[in-house]
Amino acid sequence: MKRILLSLLAGSLFGGGLFVSGMTDTTKVQGWLDVFGDWDPTLAFVMGGAIIPMVFAWRIAEGRKPLVGGDFPKPPKPELDHRLITGSVLFGMGWGLAGLCPGPAVASITYNGMGGLVFMAAMLGGMALAPLIGARLDRLADAV
Amino acid sequence: MQTDWIWGLVGGGLIGLGGAVFLLGNGRIMGASGILGGLIDGTGRSNLWERLAFLFGVVVMPLLLWPLYNVKIDTHLTDKWEVIVIAGLLVGVGTRIANGCTSGHGVCGISRFSLRGIVATVFYILAGGLTLALFRHVWGLI
Repeated sequence: MKRILLSLLAGSLFGGGLFVSGMTDTTKVQGWLDVFGDWDPTLAFVMGGAIIPMVFAWRIAEGRKPLVGGDFPKPPKPELDHRLITGSVLFGMGWGLAGLCPGPAVASITYNGMGGLVFMAAMLGGMALAPLIGARLDRLADAV
Repeated sequence: MQTDWIWGLVGGGLIGLGGAVFLLGNGRIMGASGILGGLIDGTGRSNLWERLAFLFGVVVMPLLLWPLYNVKIDTHLTDKWEVIVIAGLLVGVGTRIANGCTSGHGVCGISRFSLRGIVATVFYILAGGLTLALFRHVWGLI
């Protein structure tokens, strides 16, 4: 139960933060990416504002255990594989085209109209296809 | 607007606090694509309710804050269906293959000085900027 409530609290802070920061407005996100247009630096402030508490959180986590027990996630292997690069490039292309990434797409689902629902459906479809496409990419990477 | 960056910083702080609660409380990395994706491909069945509670909070909180704003909130999402569908597919496939998005790699990764998080963020910002430049300024398609 504690795990569920903490999850709800984290999600509420996340959704509230996305809302007040303006990150569910696609013009603000595309404005950040649009260096040749009317550039909008807001996203950098959002990222900076989010990273600061998280730096402290990782510090606090050192040598401790999570509240609900278990262990903190281990640091990932430092290697940069083809999946990280290809996946990030594909994600970035979609992000640039619509100005939506997964968090804001969820947060705005009730006020983003039909387009928001279609985006969500397409994104979930993409997530369902990802294991297949990922395996394809692995074979391709092995062959190269 | 002049106050946009202040609200950006405040909202960002809330996002970071959410990530801190998820990490220090549940011992988990707050990544929107991972939380959603685990529900889609079945890898998140063991902590289904944790994921659903998180997503519930994400959806409901904006609705609770909504009345505090006396202006109409517009997301300015494009009305071109083909763009929405292609963008959604790319975001879904890409974030799962890269194992993270703006929250997981961006916020949680960079804050632990993870090389993978930093590299992913550089690549998705570059890809997003280049895509937007081509489609908006060169081809005029969006």
